[in-house]
Amino acid sequence: MANASGTKERSKFLSVLIKIITNQMFIPIAAILILTIVNLVADPSFFAVRYGTNTEGAKLFAGNPVDILNNGTALALLAIGMTFVTAASGGQDISVGATMAIAAGVIIKIVSGSNTTSSTYAHPLIVAVLVALLAGILCGLFNGVLVSFLNIQPMVATLVLFTAGRSIAGWITGNLSYKFSAPSFKAFGQTFPGVPIPTPIIISIICFIILALIFKFTTLGLYVQAVGINENSARLNGLNPIAIKLSSYIILGVCVAIAAFVTVARTGTFISSTFVKDIEMDAILAVALGGNALSGGKFNLTASIIGAYVIQYLKTTLTALGINAVALPAYKAVVIIILVIISTPSARAWFVRQWQAIAKKFQKVEAKEVA
Amino acid sequence: MKKKILAAVMAATMALALTACSGGSTEPAAEGEATEATEAPAADGAGDASGDAASGDLITVGIINNDPSESGYRTANDADLKAMFTAENGYDAKFAYSLKNDEQITAAQQFITEGVNYLLLSAADTAGWDGVLQSAKDAGVKVILFDRVVDADESLYEASIVSDMEAEGQRAVDWLLGQEKEGGLKVVHIQGHMGSAAQQGRSGALDAAAEEGKLEIVEQQTADWSTETAMEIVQQVINAGKEFNVIYAENDGMAQGAVEALDAAGITHGVDGDVIIMGFDCNKWALKEVLAGRWNYDGQCNPFQASYIDEVIKTLESGGTIEEKTIILEEKGFDAETITEADIEQYGIGSEEAE
Repeated sequence: MANASGTKERSKFLSVLIKIITNQMFIPIAAILILTIVNLVADPSFFAVRYGTNTEGAKLFAGNPVDILNNGTALALLAIGMTFVTAASGGQDISVGATMAIAAGVIIKIVSGSNTTSSTYAHPLIVAVLVALLAGILCGLFNGVLVSFLNIQPMVATLVLFTAGRSIAGWITGNLSYKFSAPSFKAFGQTFPGVPIPTPIIISIICFIILALIFKFTTLGLYVQAVGINENSARLNGLNPIAIKLSSYIILGVCVAIAAFVTVARTGTFISSTFVKDIEMDAILAVALGGNALSGGKFNLTASIIGAYVIQYLKTTLTALGINAVALPAYKAVVIIILVIISTPSARAWFVRQWQAIAKKFQKVEAKEVA
Repeated sequence: MKKKILAAVMAATMALALTACSGGSTEPAAEGEATEATEAPAADGAGDASGDAASGDLITVGIINNDPSESGYRTANDADLKAMFTAENGYDAKFAYSLKNDEQITAAQQFITEGVNYLLLSAADTAGWDGVLQSAKDAGVKVILFDRVVDADESLYEASIVSDMEAEGQRAVDWLLGQEKEGGLKVVHIQGHMGSAAQQGRSGALDAAAEEGKLEIVEQQTADWSTETAMEIVQQVINAGKEFNVIYAENDGMAQGAVEALDAAGITHGVDGDVIIMGFDCNKWALKEVLAGRWNYDGQCNPFQASYIDEVIKTLESGGTIEEKTIILEEKGFDAETITEADIEQYGIGSEEAE
């Protein structure tokens, strides 16, 4: 009798375990746990948070945990837009780095005017941000039109801006290195006086809240998913797949503009050739790490956002471990390959089968014992 | 059929997008062609009549450069060449830009076919130029290399005007070794794109000094020329509680990224500060930081090569010969103690705020 209830409990435990493993959030959260263990073993002071003073005498929080949340902002914002695009159009936008350079170039050019070195606004900041938003939306529209109206593969369609974007940004800024050092500008990338939390973290939280409200009060999420799963049946059900796809690219455009603003305000400097180089790959990776199918359909935004912070966490950990600069990308690649492989639906299904097999064996053994 | 139309539309869109954005760089090229159209026939006619270029005739030069969008350095380099090789200075210049070696070679062959007097070349890649340079020599086109060297026999070109990246690094490190800090120099070394000539030259001298025990490198990472990455690296150095008193960044942007991280952590820097800041490239804004004493040193990578090329051409035209084919550009390092407004005006890249 006691044995039988033990068996029941054990199989219950196993089924809960399977549920956890098959949950989409499992991989990114497990990755965070593993990275945390690695850091705890290597050097627990990695997690120290200081309440320090900057050179202007303002109090602010610092330390690796704060820096990871802070520096991961742009990537998290991109991951949001990229998830929408992936879910709706079943492909990725590889032009986000280049379009971020365009939006940031627009901002720095408008606030600096004709001077590459400046500390006074040539035009008000709000104008710069609005024009950058417009630029981001236009880039999104351009990609969106190619994908939704002309049915071009997203990766091919966005290849146009991927190739040309940095040249456009270079054309806007005359290929020059800019530095704009008005304190009220840099406050958006660093901290506002009297606020101890870095502004990018606050901006990202605001964006997450807005997003949560959109999901709560509109059916956007459901529509995007429906179009991603089956465009034709979505159309037959009265949805307009073209409009949905287009709006996913526009959302990404907005995310790109905000991310560009936060990033360019961080240092106040800009040069088109190296600004957020290769960030598009990290953005796609964040979506993949979040366990979202890159072929579209069902998606989980929270998982993507956590995926983005996992990437930032991984980068920070690797540098903290003192891995040689030249070898860093190789290490990153190895970790990423492992994470991506385990987060694919087919790999997860395999794990589940293995677990079930183990569970069955247990049951057999127990059954024998009972007999 | 439908697919074909789609493909055509797609190609058209792509072409449109590409022309729309490269507007900036095609414009100057078009200008060059325009001058060619108006000036070249006259020059050709005169040349046919009187043989070699006599005074009053324009010297035709074909200039092959890397695309100006590559960097602020390249933009300044291109602007300098454009300002020098004008009709007023006695030149008829044609420009071709590419970051790809094969496209550059095609452009060179075209210039040789057109029969320019001089071919000025900043090669994208060092290899693969022997054949073209030989055919230039056979056609009587004189070749001058600038900014970058190629793997070719010295007899195939007249002169090679280059930056000495090793000397740039050495100059900066020599300056650094002249500084005194309590407990010795502890350097955070932020490298550029690994393997690039600038990175190798600028890292080389510092590594050598560290090996000789003259200074200590507490952290060495590549930020791939990126300001944001440099900032993250320095944040982590601070978070790890490592002691350092020098930031040696291999370009201006990365130095600025490092400075932002120091500022946020309340660490002082510059002339009266705890940490020495060193950068490279001499952007105007960076030189202003040096002048203000927030940075200590900025090393120059000289993009202003046109006057050297001009001098070589003048020498050759007047019948002289170039004895030493490799000409090293004069470059400077600017120190916060000695830099002047005039230096910023003369050597800085970019434009500064009118105050």
